[in-house]
Amino acid sequence: MLPVKSALELEQLRDSIIAGRDPAKPSIALCSGSGCHAYGSEKVAAAFEEEIQRRGLAGKVDFRRTGCHGLCEKGPVVIIYPNDICYVQVAVGDVPEILAETIENGRAVERLLYVDPVTQERIVSEKDIPFYKYQNRLIFGNNPKISPKHIEDYIALGGYSALSKVLTQMTPEQVLDEVDRANVRGRGGAGFPAGKKWRTCREAPGDIKYVAVNCDEGDPGAYMDRSLMEGNPHEILEGLIIGAYTIGAHEGFIYIRAEYPLAVDNLRVALRQAEEYGFLGEDILGSGFNFKVVVHRGAGAFVSGESSALMTSIEGKAGEPRPKYVRTSVVGIWDRPTCLNNVETWANIPVIINEGAEWYRSLGTKGSSGTKIFSLVGKVNNTGLVEVPMGMTLRDIVFKIGGGIPNGKKFKAVQTGGPSGGCIPEDQLDVPVDFDELTKLGSMMGSGGMIVMDEDTCMVDMARYFLEFLSDESCGKCIPCRVGIGVMLQILNNICEGKGKPGDIEILEDVAKVVKEGSLCALGTTAANPVLTTLRYFRSEYEEHINNQRCPAGVCKSLIRYHIKPEACRACLLCLENCSMMAISGWLRRVHIIDQEKCNKCGTCLEICPPLYNAVEKIWFKELPEPVAAGTKVPRLREGVR
Amino acid sequence: MSEVTLKINGEEVKVEEGTSLIEVARKAKANVPSLCYNRKLSPFGACRLCMVEVIKDGKSRLVASCVYPAEEGIEVQTESERVVSFRKGLLELMLAAAPDVKVIQNYAKRYGVEQPRFTIEKQNICVLCGLCVRYCAEIKQAHAIGFQSRGTNRKVVFLPQIALKICPDCKECLSVCPTKQLPEIYREQVELLLENNAGDSASS
Amino acid sequence: MEFDLIDEIIDGYKCDQSKLVQIFLDVQIKTRWLSPETLKHISDRLNLPLSQLYHVASFYKAFHLEPRGRNVLAVCVGTACHVRGAQRILDKASEIIGTPPDSTTADEKFSLDTVNCLGCCALGPVVVMNGETHGKVQVSQVEELLRNCK
Repeated sequence: MLPVKSALELEQLRDSIIAGRDPAKPSIALCSGSGCHAYGSEKVAAAFEEEIQRRGLAGKVDFRRTGCHGLCEKGPVVIIYPNDICYVQVAVGDVPEILAETIENGRAVERLLYVDPVTQERIVSEKDIPFYKYQNRLIFGNNPKISPKHIEDYIALGGYSALSKVLTQMTPEQVLDEVDRANVRGRGGAGFPAGKKWRTCREAPGDIKYVAVNCDEGDPGAYMDRSLMEGNPHEILEGLIIGAYTIGAHEGFIYIRAEYPLAVDNLRVALRQAEEYGFLGEDILGSGFNFKVVVHRGAGAFVSGESSALMTSIEGKAGEPRPKYVRTSVVGIWDRPTCLNNVETWANIPVIINEGAEWYRSLGTKGSSGTKIFSLVGKVNNTGLVEVPMGMTLRDIVFKIGGGIPNGKKFKAVQTGGPSGGCIPEDQLDVPVDFDELTKLGSMMGSGGMIVMDEDTCMVDMARYFLEFLSDESCGKCIPCRVGIGVMLQILNNICEGKGKPGDIEILEDVAKVVKEGSLCALGTTAANPVLTTLRYFRSEYEEHINNQRCPAGVCKSLIRYHIKPEACRACLLCLENCSMMAISGWLRRVHIIDQEKCNKCGTCLEICPPLYNAVEKIWFKELPEPVAAGTKVPRLREGVR
Repeated sequence: MSEVTLKINGEEVKVEEGTSLIEVARKAKANVPSLCYNRKLSPFGACRLCMVEVIKDGKSRLVASCVYPAEEGIEVQTESERVVSFRKGLLELMLAAAPDVKVIQNYAKRYGVEQPRFTIEKQNICVLCGLCVRYCAEIKQAHAIGFQSRGTNRKVVFLPQIALKICPDCKECLSVCPTKQLPEIYREQVELLLENNAGDSASS
Repeated sequence: MEFDLIDEIIDGYKCDQSKLVQIFLDVQIKTRWLSPETLKHISDRLNLPLSQLYHVASFYKAFHLEPRGRNVLAVCVGTACHVRGAQRILDKASEIIGTPPDSTTADEKFSLDTVNCLGCCALGPVVVMNGETHGKVQVSQVEELLRNCK
């Protein structure tokens, strides 16, 4: 009965898929997203498949490799339906027990359950884990229930019903009104209203128009687009096809980073299946509408995420932004009107069509409706992907969902918006997160990276880090961006090395202004944000570096020293043998001494010194103690210490 | 093409729709500085010296006049306070990057920029205006010189595979270079190679 | 010889000039780097100026115009890894391998790469040794990681 030729046939297909499934049959969902994959979920998957066969459970239990579930900190994650039991940090050795206990006997394996770090209670169901409890996983929530390589899973959950509704019951104008009224803003960074962009493109002159997906997720520290594309590609495709119908495009492009091979694979499988089922190609669902999709892999250039640069790149050229003052929705790929939206934006479209604009607007804030997916990473307990309604405070995200800062350290800042964003300090944490509020703080929403920093993070170093990234990633075409970023970076390097001069801060501010006003594209016009926000909220750290040659966080290499406390050293030779600079002298029973001239401050000695001795210290807040004489004997062993 | 009316430095002018503002300014005898503009070549928008202030629907912004098209009813300021302050900052950057280039020194003088407050470790006399690249591609259609790399590593390179054959008889691009650096690049990348090759074949 | 492989790829894209980046990606999977001969050949086949090919090949980080090492260690220097100490991992690796970041040793044994986010930020700092991802890496583990390379 494939391809599906009408709305009715789609419903019949859906019914038959659902009817073929026993809701009481246990189903195992193993996260195989990028994080869990790196934790070895591939081996766990093989173990499940083998063990299911061995126990004769084939046919009695379903097993699925799914996209990212979100709680990457505790990967690999396994969820067992219909009882909704969630296991974390599952290893190959746990597989037989899970099958024996949970599948065969219906009992939870206590030791694999999530432990609440505060109450020490074990939590059975995913939805009760604090990390998930405060989320609203509108776009991301189906990931655990779907095998991205099986379109039936998506259809069973109501997939492509929005497309069928659009093609059979709505005119393009009606779809446009719905998207407009939903006030969905672009999730890729700038927050431009999608409806407005669609309308511009629809009304732009020209017979041939394109739609395009931006999956060039270049912001370091952000991986929500990757996880959506890997985990639920049909959700994005469905949105894209709806967009194409609305705008009047018959060809679409998906620009995707080549660094995301799994996402590329899953997308290609999804495209093949969508075509086979009749959601792509000629006469989609019998509506007479034709649409095809071309995949374009990026090759590693952050600036190519900028809309005009992305289009230049799709044309096969170096992905540099165009200097012209004309919107890509009017003059885009091959100078034709092109409607480009980010992965997450497209994924929002089916929900809006299914649930209606009014319902959608009830989520979030007045200016920013719906939810937003963030990648909550850095110095935070529960790292992972979180989806919350717009308007939740940063504090709730970092502390309630993220579970606060590890190792009892103090929160210092959260960086949002990627390299074009800014660092937000503690006293602004109660600000509700939406497009406008973050901009007011001097940062931006960006694509949704949220990097938490604790007291051990140097804010000058952070600004330096982002500028280094940007100077590498700038295309180098226009002078303000190329030279301006270079000058700011050079000044920041000097400050971090303790060679800052009075007046440096003023120069930074002046150059930032030139870069902001004069650069050709958004990479340049926002490049100064990390510098400007750290100056705004953490100016005293700059001043400490410049005036006192001191890095208050103890990060900047030139401003720290490693020192072995003679009274604590047990002369175990560990640090000495592991020092690749051969900067440590001493021998058995003789105190080890670091030669500061030779030391390159890699910190291996501190890391490797047994916690029992704790003899190596990092010094940045006081003078280095006078070195002891070479050959000083280690103190006598105290009672009880070996 | 239809005509549009706009104001430039307070004076009303009529021009063809879509004319670049830098051309409009020239018509109005306003001297807008630029390093990468040449009316015979496609506009490039890289040096940003030609930025002017455009007031449209009550909003003001800086735009590169070489790529911004003339529109009905806009107001253009080529030497407003905002423009001048931006150019000063930009020229300080340029002067630090290429202190010995005459044309930059002259512009710096015009805008009262003296010694930059910082020195740049990685100086580059070539400002990557791309005039030579565009000239070779658009006028000569030879593509013997092109851009390579990105960011601070971006540079113009004569491709030996093409340049060794055709450049010695052309060299027209050398005169379009605003910084006068191109002859030196040419010497390094093409002439020296040719001399070496000649030396090699003579000795063998 | 090896141009057969390249031609197969180019034909697969029907000699479409706009597929240049895709062709480079596919060719490089086979040849590991883009040699001058390869570029010249693709330029002829696609009828594109060689200068444009060099511009594209040197613009994107994924393309290599120099031979690559037999072993590749990629250190993630994305923001999440940076705040968790990626720089120290990179310094250590560079010191052991004996080549600066983003370069290849003279004997072509190692390439040391930096990448700006591998999308597994929860595991930072992350390195990828010959395709295998390692998370929460400590400086003292770097030597071990590099040990068994030929």
